[in-house]
Amino acid sequence: MSDNTPLIICEYCDAVYQRPTLAIHQQAHCVRCGGLLARPHLFHVDHLLALCVTAIMLVAFLSFYPVLVIRTGGQTHDATLVDAVWALTEGPTGIMALLAAFSVVVVPVTQVALLTWLLGFAHFRQRAPGFRGCMRWLATLGPWSMLEVFLLGALVAVFKITGRIEVLPTMGLLALGGLSLLIIGMAGRDVQRLWDELP
Amino acid sequence: MTPPVAAELGLCLCHHCHLACELERHPHVCPRCGAHLHRRKRSAIARTWALVLTALILYIPANVLPIMHTSSFKGDSTTTILGSVVTLWQEGAWDIATIIFVASVGVPVTKFLVLGLLLCTVHRGSERSRRDRTRLYRGLELIGYWSMLDVFVAALLTALVQFGALGTIEPRPGILFFGLVVILTMLATLSFDPRLIWDTDANDD
Ligand SMILES: [Zn+2]
Ligand SMILES: [Zn+2]
Repeated sequence: MSDNTPLIICEYCDAVYQRPTLAIHQQAHCVRCGGLLARPHLFHVDHLLALCVTAIMLVAFLSFYPVLVIRTGGQTHDATLVDAVWALTEGPTGIMALLAAFSVVVVPVTQVALLTWLLGFAHFRQRAPGFRGCMRWLATLGPWSMLEVFLLGALVAVFKITGRIEVLPTMGLLALGGLSLLIIGMAGRDVQRLWDELP
Repeated sequence: MTPPVAAELGLCLCHHCHLACELERHPHVCPRCGAHLHRRKRSAIARTWALVLTALILYIPANVLPIMHTSSFKGDSTTTILGSVVTLWQEGAWDIATIIFVASVGVPVTKFLVLGLLLCTVHRGSERSRRDRTRLYRGLELIGYWSMLDVFVAALLTALVQFGALGTIEPRPGILFFGLVVILTMLATLSFDPRLIWDTDANDD
């Protein structure tokens, strides 16, 4: 790994350190404020690419398959991610539909697309075209993906309706859980190393 | 032993790619990712105050206005956030009631209190328990978006329960205000700069 940046700066207090060499399961914390400075990477770049392909399949699955299904008196109601967002467009909450669409559809899909683009080229030890822009977008989008909150919301919605009618937790819920874990795992610190590894 | 600070070494952290940039060679733009360099986030205090106060004002209609309207053969009813927590509790679903209460009241109120505390102590140039205050800030980053929970619950219930034997559930404006509060408090957390906590002087705790 080529390391052209031997110094790292704590993002919480501006303390400067030499980049430490870490063993697996070791983490470097700032002595001044206790913030996390560095930790070893969990995955190889090619493993990240494999996870990314899995994420694409989950996205495709979730765009057709319902997250929740309820059955009552012979009728079946189901809702996909997009249905749930669409439901907010009714009545006075139109802007909220935009925000929800942004946080559970646009951001995750963009993250997966950017990661595929970057990691696909990284597989051949190359920087993808538009590398700098893509990396910066990935960092900016980071805090705005809310799939895991939506997942908890789905569980709460299940409980709010159970007792009165029959609810079937679906494969869609599992897929949603998988996708949110994958995005947390991939789009976080691990992908930042592409800056160092692709000169 | 205290580590040196970036300013003493003429360095600046790039917010986007976390490169330690030498200000002498690259005074304005990060050489690696091309982002603009700022020693501290721009007008962090003023922006954070503005966002926190706006969120605080919107938090009132978010709690007063109804978030959902249910109409079924049993009759019509509208619920507010607190109303739904109380109903769930009375029905014996205290676990769900707790989750919704923590996400919709606990998290936003904590964010208001912590951001207010950080802003006031930074304004006074306080040197007390800086490590703990930085930890509080990291906590804010973690809990940030969980209060979006009620918005998603309302969305899912609306999508699921429509025109059937169950009646119809519609979203109401409370949910809009609540979502805006979440977004604004997240933006407030992002615009605050925790390094301001440490800018007081050279002595450490
Ligand atoms: Zn630090
Ligand atoms: Zn940079």
